[in-house]
Amino acid sequence: MRLPILLVLALVAGSAAAQQPAPPVVPQVIDDSIPQSLTGRPGDAARGRAIVANRSIGLCLLCHSGPIAEERFQGDLAPSLAGAGSRWSEGQLRLRIVDGSRLNADTIMPAYYRAQGLHRVARNFEGRTILTASQVEDVVAYLVTLKD
Amino acid sequence: MTGRLLALGLALVFVASYAAAQVGADKRRSGYQDMGEALQKMQDDDTANPGMLYVQLGGQLWKRAVGAADKSCADCHDAAPASMKGVAARYPAIPTGGDRPVDLEGRINLCRTENQKAEPLPPENRDLLALSAYVAHQSRDLRIAPPYDPRLDAFRREGAEIYRRRQGQLNLSCAICHDDNAGKKLAGIVIPEAHPTGYPIYRLEWQALGSLKRRLRNCLVGIRADAWPLDAPEYTALELYLMERAKGMKLETPAVRP
Repeated sequence: MRLPILLVLALVAGSAAAQQPAPPVVPQVIDDSIPQSLTGRPGDAARGRAIVANRSIGLCLLCHSGPIAEERFQGDLAPSLAGAGSRWSEGQLRLRIVDGSRLNADTIMPAYYRAQGLHRVARNFEGRTILTASQVEDVVAYLVTLKD
Repeated sequence: MTGRLLALGLALVFVASYAAAQVGADKRRSGYQDMGEALQKMQDDDTANPGMLYVQLGGQLWKRAVGAADKSCADCHDAAPASMKGVAARYPAIPTGGDRPVDLEGRINLCRTENQKAEPLPPENRDLLALSAYVAHQSRDLRIAPPYDPRLDAFRREGAEIYRRRQGQLNLSCAICHDDNAGKKLAGIVIPEAHPTGYPIYRLEWQALGSLKRRLRNCLVGIRADAWPLDAPEYTALELYLMERAKGMKLETPAVRP
């Protein structure tokens, strides 16, 4: 009877280790943008689209609508993502995802790459950013393709 | 002179329109109004409302003697339709001799421990929810009427502060969704105004009856906040604030929600 419990514990510990975020990058903010990639590399737009569509990873479509037809239930709390790549530059998009509160302290959009200054975070998310640096880059790469 | 008259005129128009808006219809919406017609019918029809099974069970438990005192609720309170009418509309309240507010389930447990000499029932226990639903059902269609008790003010203020405080990894407050964005769609679902008009509710997502505390926990988990344990005083503080905010709205227990 003990073995399954140990097995479960091992699995939980293993998955927690796998999810450990990479050492946080300190993004360089210039005016209203972060011009440099957080990883030093461009992201992958296809992966970014999948993150945006995923309700437990990107969470984007809970509040935004976007040109992702297969996801039927989209939110209307925030502007549509359609055309985001025409409205904003890559660096502007990056800052808005990393920490929109640096532009508007009252924004309801969570900061996707900030783990400080939060209150009563659930233990399993404590000290973690919503997205990793490379996930942020993937989402940026996808959003810049949304030209209309 | 003309300027002064104009200002006075504008002020009068403003006061008049403000007064007209105040006497106008109550704009607050129960979650009931945002549900589809099928769910509204399910709630309205006592033979289709799954919450009524719990109310029936609560009615049986009401008459059942328990504990070392071998007493039933009815031994002290007689018939609930008379004695419990309006009770749920004014909870949470501070019990006689107490100094902290308790919610309806807390009050039921106090009766168990003090009068029936029985063990308290654990949070979300089926019998506790059934008794709570039975008692609250006696206030169906009555208006929420928080008691005048200045001792509650500090707790209610704490509830209001929690309601407005951002928390969790998603850094959201109750107010951001349920005040500022109520009526808009979160992932295709209308955000309700969060009025506790029908607790305990039968939630289809749970396939069970559940308390307001359980519902609040769902939101806390959703914003990735550390959810207080079910017996934490923070839930009672929030409930006090929410009941004040819903003052005058009609109770629906047992409500059905998606």
